[in-house]
Amino acid sequence: MTVQPREVHTQMAGVVKIAVLALGGQGGGVLSTWIADLARRRGWLAQVTSVAGVAQRTGATIYYIEAMPDAGRAPVFALSPSEGDVDILLAAEMMEAGRAIQRGFVTPDRTVLIASSHRAYATAEKTVPGDGLASSEEVATAATIAAKELVLFDMQKIAEDAGSVISASLFGALGGSGALPFPRSEYEATIRASGRGVDASLKAFADAWALAENGEAPQHDDATATTHFIAEPQGPTKALEEWRKLEARVAALPEPARTMAHAGLRKVVDFLDPAYGAEYMDRLDQALALDSADRGWTLVERAAKYLANAMVYDDVIRVADLKTRKARFSRIRGEMNVGDDHVLHLTEFMHPRIEEVVGVLPAGWARRIEARPRLYQWIGRRIDRGRRVRTDGLFWFGALYLLAGLRPYRRSLRRHEIELEHLERWFALALDTARRDYALGAEILACRRLIKGYSDTHSRGISKFDRVLSALDLLDGREDAADWLRRLREAALQDEKGEALEGALKTVKSFA
Amino acid sequence: MAERSFAREVEQLRVGAGEEFHGEGILAITKALLQCGVGYVGGYQGAPISHLMDVLADAEELLGEYGVRFEASASEATAAATLAASVHYPIRGAVTFKSTVGLNVASDALANLASGGVTGGALLIIGEDYGEGSSIMQERSHAFAMKSQVWLLDPRPNLPSIVKAVEDGFALSEASNTPVMLQVRIRACHVTGSFIAKDNQRPPMTVAEAQNAPRRDTQRVVLPPASYQHEQEKIAKRWPAAEAFIREHGLNERFGPDEAPVGIVLQGGMYNGVIRALQRLGLADIHGQTSVPLYVLNVTYPLIESEFLEFCEGKRSVLVVEEGQPDHIAQSFGAMLHKAGSDVKLTGKDYLPMAGEYTGRVMLEGIGKFLRAHGAELLPDAARAPNEPQPSKPDARDLSGVVPPRPPGFCTGCPERPIFAATKLVEQELGSHHIAGDIGCHLFASLPPFEIGSSTMGYGLGPASASAFNAPGAKRTISFIGDGGFWHNGLNSSIGNAVYNKADGVIVIVDNNYSAATGGQDILSTRAPNASRSTGHSIVDAVKGLGVQWVRHIDRTYDVPKMRDTLREALTTDVTGPKVIVASSECMLNRQRREKPLETKAIRSGARVVKPRFGVDEDVCTGDHACMRLSGCPSLTVKHLDDPLRDDPVAHIDESCVGCGNCGEVADAAVLCPSFYRADVVHNPRPFERWLSRVRARLIARLQARRAKRRLMFDEVSA
Repeated sequence: MTVQPREVHTQMAGVVKIAVLALGGQGGGVLSTWIADLARRRGWLAQVTSVAGVAQRTGATIYYIEAMPDAGRAPVFALSPSEGDVDILLAAEMMEAGRAIQRGFVTPDRTVLIASSHRAYATAEKTVPGDGLASSEEVATAATIAAKELVLFDMQKIAEDAGSVISASLFGALGGSGALPFPRSEYEATIRASGRGVDASLKAFADAWALAENGEAPQHDDATATTHFIAEPQGPTKALEEWRKLEARVAALPEPARTMAHAGLRKVVDFLDPAYGAEYMDRLDQALALDSADRGWTLVERAAKYLANAMVYDDVIRVADLKTRKARFSRIRGEMNVGDDHVLHLTEFMHPRIEEVVGVLPAGWARRIEARPRLYQWIGRRIDRGRRVRTDGLFWFGALYLLAGLRPYRRSLRRHEIELEHLERWFALALDTARRDYALGAEILACRRLIKGYSDTHSRGISKFDRVLSALDLLDGREDAADWLRRLREAALQDEKGEALEGALKTVKSFA
Repeated sequence: MAERSFAREVEQLRVGAGEEFHGEGILAITKALLQCGVGYVGGYQGAPISHLMDVLADAEELLGEYGVRFEASASEATAAATLAASVHYPIRGAVTFKSTVGLNVASDALANLASGGVTGGALLIIGEDYGEGSSIMQERSHAFAMKSQVWLLDPRPNLPSIVKAVEDGFALSEASNTPVMLQVRIRACHVTGSFIAKDNQRPPMTVAEAQNAPRRDTQRVVLPPASYQHEQEKIAKRWPAAEAFIREHGLNERFGPDEAPVGIVLQGGMYNGVIRALQRLGLADIHGQTSVPLYVLNVTYPLIESEFLEFCEGKRSVLVVEEGQPDHIAQSFGAMLHKAGSDVKLTGKDYLPMAGEYTGRVMLEGIGKFLRAHGAELLPDAARAPNEPQPSKPDARDLSGVVPPRPPGFCTGCPERPIFAATKLVEQELGSHHIAGDIGCHLFASLPPFEIGSSTMGYGLGPASASAFNAPGAKRTISFIGDGGFWHNGLNSSIGNAVYNKADGVIVIVDNNYSAATGGQDILSTRAPNASRSTGHSIVDAVKGLGVQWVRHIDRTYDVPKMRDTLREALTTDVTGPKVIVASSECMLNRQRREKPLETKAIRSGARVVKPRFGVDEDVCTGDHACMRLSGCPSLTVKHLDDPLRDDPVAHIDESCVGCGNCGEVADAAVLCPSFYRADVVHNPRPFERWLSRVRARLIARLQARRAKRRLMFDEVSA
């Protein structure tokens, strides 16, 4: 049986296929309704579909719109986007743009990708003990390759600044991109017709339109947008003089280490006093003596960073000090939009344990208590409970203020003794090692990153630190020792329990 | 109070004959029911027909005007049993629920209903939850239709076709005395469109009229010998009647030319996808004009042998587009062709995948392959021999290692989060336990960061699924069940069972006042008053009524230490028998929806309002993220500080925080860190309060100034 080829249909032109990738609560539904309403205003036929359900509980959701000019007959629109067949893709978040690319919805032959560069971090990124944030740059690079045209900027910020939500700025970016053949007045009429929060929506819409139209260059990092001026410290004349002397010592350091050392010095002096700053500089000088320009001054820079972090341990005095500062109060008032006609109550969540209390006792007393386990536990039972304290009230502000007042006496307290002992051991180990193996020494310094947090988290940090350094005996003398120590450290930062670290340690043990 | 209000949309349900109706699929279905003179409606919520229940609830007044009874059924079994009203009485009734999970629950009633048969049209609107966005096991509703002999409609996914399917469904049901299932897929439920309306009809007989003039017919009761007769009737009378009706009224459709070497048979729900694939292959236009003959099964059960064989006539091969497995339809067609001695080649799952959703790409590839193999002469050159291999993915960088997964999770301020934070803390103390999950939002606990719960066996079956683990002296199990699941099925299947079998485990009833996962519908224990339903029934009383001796009620789940201590007590107490903890706090989505407008109004009117929000002191936070591992709250996020000394990002709470308290509670209960603070902003404070605050602020400022004079201060100024 032979049959003639039928008429070939090519009337697909004219259908515009638009997908919206949003997170639950971002207004993806509003945006897709706007787009369909806009098309219908111009006499087009439009269809919207979405998947309602649990995906909208904070998960990623796709809305899909198809539209075309009314030709007098009903079209057959598809109900979901198809890979390689999307004309406009709107992504309400950077990683959702990445997901769209990954799923094949963004193709260089046809897709205009309009995406907000801001991040809403996923749980998987946030729970990593170290830095688990995904790389926006990689997505941005992929977007430039995958999309026919790219409109990428922080639409969340534009919406927030206008007091609106991201659906409005995405709608503006869609308009400004010129991807749809509709005049601006119709976009605005669509927003007006929808009724709620019209003025704020129109402002966000207009700002995003302008940016999209002017072809705003993709911004990958908006953290650099604000510049910080490092103000001169204020305080007693004598202390200021000492500070300037210390600053002069920083200025004498090799250039690559200077910024870090200056930040470190500020932190250390702020923690205790200029004399503590001098101790910091003395230790830095020890590292400097082993370092040289041809090694890029890595050792000094690392030492500047991690010595400061180690010397500024998180004791109750520091917490009390930070919690009672004037700058903190004004910062909170700003963040919480507290005006003059409001009253602000501040509640702190404290849960001191015996360790913290003993830590602020004079070292001799503390050791005597520690030597008596039953007494130690008895005191512990009296202390160990959550305390919610009001720092806008005089009683607890006063209590924390007095506690913060112990600052000058820190050197004689038990916690200082413990911390300094630990610090000295670690720093000496790093420098000794650096004499034999410069890179390994620098890596030992960086392992200080593992110690952070309070109470249990802090103990776990110390335990990870010890476990990572326990590999030194096996690694010492190997050419790739530094590299392995770095790998162990990175493994330790991957999960809470240290399972990745266990695995990495097993590998190291297999060398022996 | 449901998540989405359709109060405005339901006004459209009043439009009369000749007017154009605009809206979503679910609204069109409701309008169609009214046009068909339905006498009663009912159902149980669940995506994708949750919103259909919401529409019906919001349209209750309108339904009342027509004497239509609306039941918010306790479960799908209840919903299906409701259709018993159509057994003896010529009343049309419709119920709705979620695809296979609903049918599983409903099948007892459904089988009985189908056995005796119906007099009035009985329609089951099944929200098919298959493929992307689905939250359930991937199965087909088709098998239920086959096993109970219930007809299955699968209309083309556009509003006029769906509306017509409702009309056809009732008529078919009455013509064949058989219940009819109308399957609407997830996207069809929410597809927008329009159709020309008809007038709404008052039911010829209302339920009130039936109640006042009862009828009975022993022949319709499922009892021998009537039940043997029912089976004979199904085959001898109802099936032929249905076939005749379907043929006569042209329920299935044919498109495209009569003569062609190949053809495609498809489920109605697949129509738009098939047309799109043909469009992309150059074989159809945007209006659905196709060069490939299509036989569209708007009725997928029963299959009409004569229609199918006629379609196959003169064709070399036919492709069956049938989503899901097993391929019941293709198997039946194969048998028909074989029996007829036909040499038409039947294909289907050999070109299309056996399992999984038929997405645009799957259709394009499958249909393309079929046509290249069997009907190449139909294809334009470009589709027959594409010049370049079409890459399935763009030539972009592989982002699989970059883009993080983003599964659904607990909302900002969710009252269930602290329950699982407390569970995680108890497990850290007492070691791990076997933990059974259930259906509902609380199942999100099985994902990171909590990773609690190792199974889900069905709605309200959490504790039931732990019932084997009742060995004396062994570690106790913990099982979770929601308030929705509790009233749906769990009361007896889980709690009653545990009492009767002297189960020693711990049962946590997560009570957020609503059927929250399906969109916040009211249930028996909802605390808010409901004008048309009876709410406010205590779960604690119900549990005690069943005979549970050890019951604890936690009225504020955000109290993590209390939650943890209660769990610890339940796991360690000497009391035998089930230990039930009812953990109650209102769903935050619902609460915000209820309270936010009131709060804004109160502030504007000058009333004293306290708005809590949490914050993090970033210089106190060390960036260890221990708090995140006990939270996963969208508003508790991270940020990199502009500080060269810091390697890792620190915690940060964004403006979406609703001040639920979980952060502070967890920091306390898990002894994490002192970084969190709660800022309560008092709007319109009282004069004394204002004065006191000023005095305090002045004294505090003086102390701060005193200290600033005696030390170096490095306050950073940013601009």
